[in-house]
Amino acid sequence: MSVLVVVEREPGGVDELSLQALALARTLAQGASIEALAVTPPSDTVSQGVAATLGEHGVSTLHVAEHAVFGSYAPTAVAQAAVELAERLQPAAIVGAGTERGNEVLAHIAARLDLPLAANCIAAASGDPARVTRLRWGGSLLEEADVHGAPTLLTVAPHLVTAERAPAGEAAVEHFAPTLSEADQLVRVTDRAEDDTAGGVSLADAKVVVSSGRGAGSPEGFGIIEELADLLGGAVGCSRAVTMAGWRPHTDQVGQTGTKIAPDIYIACGISGATQHMAGCKGAKTILAVNTDPQAPILASADYAVIGDLHEVVPAISAELRKARQT
Amino acid sequence: MNVLVCVKRVPMTGGKIVLTADEQAIATQHLGFTISPHEECGVEEAVRIVEQHGGESVVLTLGPPEAEEQLRDAMALGMDRAIHLVIGDDEDWDAQATATAILDAIEAEHAAGVDFDLIFFGNESADSGGYQVGIRVAHALERPIATGLKGVAVEAGRVRCEQEVPGGRDVFDLPLPAVVTVKEGLNFPRYPSVPGRMRAQKKPIASSSPTAAPARLEKVRLVSPPGERKEAEILGHGPDAAPKVVELLQRIGVA
Ligand SMILES: Cc1cc2nc3c(=O)[nH]c(=O)nc-3n(C[C@H](O)[C@H](O)[C@H](O)COP(=O)(O)OP(=O)(O)OC[C@H]3O[C@@H](n4cnc5c(N)ncnc54)[C@H](O)[C@@H]3O)c2cc1C
Repeated sequence: MSVLVVVEREPGGVDELSLQALALARTLAQGASIEALAVTPPSDTVSQGVAATLGEHGVSTLHVAEHAVFGSYAPTAVAQAAVELAERLQPAAIVGAGTERGNEVLAHIAARLDLPLAANCIAAASGDPARVTRLRWGGSLLEEADVHGAPTLLTVAPHLVTAERAPAGEAAVEHFAPTLSEADQLVRVTDRAEDDTAGGVSLADAKVVVSSGRGAGSPEGFGIIEELADLLGGAVGCSRAVTMAGWRPHTDQVGQTGTKIAPDIYIACGISGATQHMAGCKGAKTILAVNTDPQAPILASADYAVIGDLHEVVPAISAELRKARQT
Repeated sequence: MNVLVCVKRVPMTGGKIVLTADEQAIATQHLGFTISPHEECGVEEAVRIVEQHGGESVVLTLGPPEAEEQLRDAMALGMDRAIHLVIGDDEDWDAQATATAILDAIEAEHAAGVDFDLIFFGNESADSGGYQVGIRVAHALERPIATGLKGVAVEAGRVRCEQEVPGGRDVFDLPLPAVVTVKEGLNFPRYPSVPGRMRAQKKPIASSSPTAAPARLEKVRLVSPPGERKEAEILGHGPDAAPKVVELLQRIGVA
């Protein structure tokens, strides 16, 4: 019995989240072989580096599905290739990364095999049924669940499982040409619209995020937030109360249904700390809250806090920063 | 154009999630309920599509009797009628059972002469986050599906779908009939007007009670994530705290 992992590549290698998925797959495999699936158009080659990296993470064989449709992302085609490979390998489990695309492909596999799918797992133990721990509410809550039927289908929640090396030598590479119907190939990326508004620091990648919520009071209230973000070379964020009021665009929203951020410091001003907001900033190394209310829930997740009116505190921080830089 | 939007009633949990003693659910006695922001955008988009192209917009939920509140909310925003698949208050159906019940409802509509050209789901439900009900329904209907969309444009029998990816948007172009799953940010939902709310009270809701298949993703218990709660170190009060904040920023290396 093997475990099959659908891996996602990035230019020059394997996506970090797929390596994390491999780590969880190994706990599920309990010594059985780890097989990987990658897809590619026939004109392309999967670099030697990919097989080497996968081998270092415990993969014994990399199966490369070749088809013209894989020139761009085609979720149902990837799923059908995985189903075809699984018919041959009869794996005990099929695992993907808990990325948007990993969840999508595994859901298509689950629909095709009429099996349950446990999305965003942080732990898994094989068995009949398999037992998993998975994220609910964007990570604000965990669920222990039994997954009935075989193979066990699951995705691995990003950044909660450590990608560890488990050298198994370089992975063997086997190519195959999956049989794909027209319907399998119907849904694929046919065009790319570049984002021309992007110029500044992107919220998802920023080292510093300064954000505000209802406490900003108005769209103009964000002037002092932008000023501090600029001084720190960071990005501006906000809560859903702000986007609902139309004060900022949704692209600025941090949270479960907004952007997930992972800065060195998150400065949250006039934000109460609703679980759905905090679900978006779990990746922040340090959280500083500025709030008038010493009882605000955010103080139970923040590392530091200043109790006070953001309209006075934030400009004072900017002024102090300028002063510190002059000396 | 007939458009169906599938929504789910979820509690507004606020600052802290409290579980029931049996660890099977969130304690909701003091909480309000809503539909997820993703699905709210689906409702808004469906209303706009029908305003532009004509046809009928239908909202569907699988949920307890109280979920009528969310159906009325969606109709207040302009949906024409509702389908309520009524389940018990403490039932938590898994994705396969949910998809099957929705398919049966779509089949019943078909038998009554209504076919949906476009079916909306949220990309993932706010509470369970399974990322799969829409995909299961699309697969069973043998229809194309694009997921996680922040742009949906219907034109000449096709739907252009935009998915946000780092640095831009990937575009999928699907023939109708199709299924889409959408995310908050797709549009800016309107606020329900008072006449809209009044009209919603009179719009029809077709209720039925599907029977649950045994769960194959079977919840054992819910758990709060460990070690999350801490107590913030208070750096100070008011503007006088600024020097301490700058010290912190310098220590972290971002000043
Ligand atoms: C399914 C679902 C998904 C959601 N997704 C998201 C999401 O992605 N992102 C998100 O943010 N929310 C999300 N929400 C909404 C969330 O539950 C909260 O309603 C929202 O985060 C509250 O925003 P807020 O903190 O700005 O407002 P409030 O909760 O009103 O808090 C305002 C805070 O500002 C403080 N304050 C007021 N005036 C001042 C001042 N002058 N100076 C300093 N402090 C001040 C107050 O003490 C209070 O703590 C979601 C909700 C649901 C149900």
